[in-house]
Amino acid sequence: MVKLPIYMDNHATTPVDKRVVEAMLPYFYEKFGNAASRNHSFGWEAEEAVDKSRNQIAALINAKSKEIIFTSGATESDNLAIKGVVEFYKDKGNHVISCVTEHKAVLDSCRALERGGKATVTYLPVDKNGMVDPDDVRKAITDKTVLITIMYANNEIGTIHPVSEIGKIAKEKGIVFHCDAVQAVGKIPVDVERDNIDLLSMSAHKIYGPKGIGAIYVRSKGPRVRLAAQMDGGGHERGMRSGTLNVTGIVGLGKACEIAQTEMAEEGRRLIELRDKLQAGIFERLDEVYLNGHPTQRLPGNFNVSFAYVEGESLLMGISDIAVSSGSACTSATLEPSYVIRALGTDEELAHSSIRFGLGRFNTEEEVDFVTDRVSKEVKRLREMSPLYEMAKDGIDLKSVQWKAE
Amino acid sequence: MAYSTKVIDHYTNPRNVGSFAKDEQNVGTGVVGAPECGDVMKLQLKIDPESGLIEDAKFKTFGCGSAIASSSYVTELVKGKRLDEAMAIKNTSIVKELNLPPVKIHCSVLAEDAIKAAISDWKKHQSKEADASSDGSKKAEQA
Repeated sequence: MVKLPIYMDNHATTPVDKRVVEAMLPYFYEKFGNAASRNHSFGWEAEEAVDKSRNQIAALINAKSKEIIFTSGATESDNLAIKGVVEFYKDKGNHVISCVTEHKAVLDSCRALERGGKATVTYLPVDKNGMVDPDDVRKAITDKTVLITIMYANNEIGTIHPVSEIGKIAKEKGIVFHCDAVQAVGKIPVDVERDNIDLLSMSAHKIYGPKGIGAIYVRSKGPRVRLAAQMDGGGHERGMRSGTLNVTGIVGLGKACEIAQTEMAEEGRRLIELRDKLQAGIFERLDEVYLNGHPTQRLPGNFNVSFAYVEGESLLMGISDIAVSSGSACTSATLEPSYVIRALGTDEELAHSSIRFGLGRFNTEEEVDFVTDRVSKEVKRLREMSPLYEMAKDGIDLKSVQWKAE
Repeated sequence: MAYSTKVIDHYTNPRNVGSFAKDEQNVGTGVVGAPECGDVMKLQLKIDPESGLIEDAKFKTFGCGSAIASSSYVTELVKGKRLDEAMAIKNTSIVKELNLPPVKIHCSVLAEDAIKAAISDWKKHQSKEADASSDGSKKAEQA
């Protein structure tokens, strides 16, 4: 019998791996020093731990350890990258290229720059699988373009962008390329050299590390990328991010990266197997289910699907012992259905009907079987209750109906 | 967001789910909302033309748990009521009964609209039937 509730929302956050917690613990107690204390062993111990973590992170993404700057998480990394580049290179230009399906931390940073009159931003569309076309990136470049910011893999639909191609274009044109790689790092191979990434955002809590710690990779050579700091203070992290280092968090992030590097290939295979089993099981049991995202170029643990004629929040309510998320308006703070799903060009109601399953390190096959069964039964029950399902079964084209909306 | 016990109860054990048979007499159907807004409610009322009483009610709803609960509750509420009583039902009484949070008030508004739409549909049918029967009698006279 599976243990309930089941957590299958690993794109939102992940539980901390026990090995990560073990690595962190000494830095709460006996090794509590400030990494900036240069004159005693407590400080040295902390600094050593921070250095070790930098190495672990750098190794995972093929960077140099001095290119890793610690932040509070990916939102801060995104803000620092986007605002920092636009501010630093303001004499060179003021145009930014991004994409409509980016995370809010990127989109809202861009909008803040637009509002402040500091930049104009081109938001590239995506195709029906959620992928940006590198040709569109090329075409959007102007002589004022200073930054391209495109994510590695999407947090809702898991689609992996052609990052290497985009990086190549950016390098060729001499434009800084920032990549929000929060969902990709530790899940699929990310290589800042191969991909020509200049700035990369990452976060610990998506890779079985603690919350509140993240990093930004800042290219030091070929070319050296500069940023205007967004936080004033003691000039930590080579002046790019002031503030006493979160040593315990940093140790945790480092350890999480080390584990990911060792286990990624094996874990990726296992997650794809589980995810494909879940997907096949759902498609077998139910009609009119639609995959959101790329059929193959997708994160291993991601399965985003729309159950036509069933509203997402009501489905979540019916499977309350399974933690997943929905693109339904009712589950979002803004009361808008997912902008990512809508960007795919699918019908608006399918955005309301979307559910994201995010499989992770600790999910089991037994859980996948349970979830397949539970979800299928609940979708069937809700369809029996759905006037749209009834109309569709009666052969009524729902698009031809004049709806009396409020 | 935590759901109220009553919302969970109606969601888990919805009352009067379904549709009346297509040839069923004296049924008024109200369909309100739109799929792209994430809410569609279909409420059907069976009304006795003689007494003007709502004899039976059925619903189907595409929407969140609160929308399902609102429509389920409404079917219980209207049964046995006269048309004027049903028309007087306000969304606020649904909000109160189900303890809906502010973001879910629109579900109760939709349920109120569904009652009005179903009754107005029934009235339309009644007048059409009246017309049809008078037309019929005319034809009979001509023949």
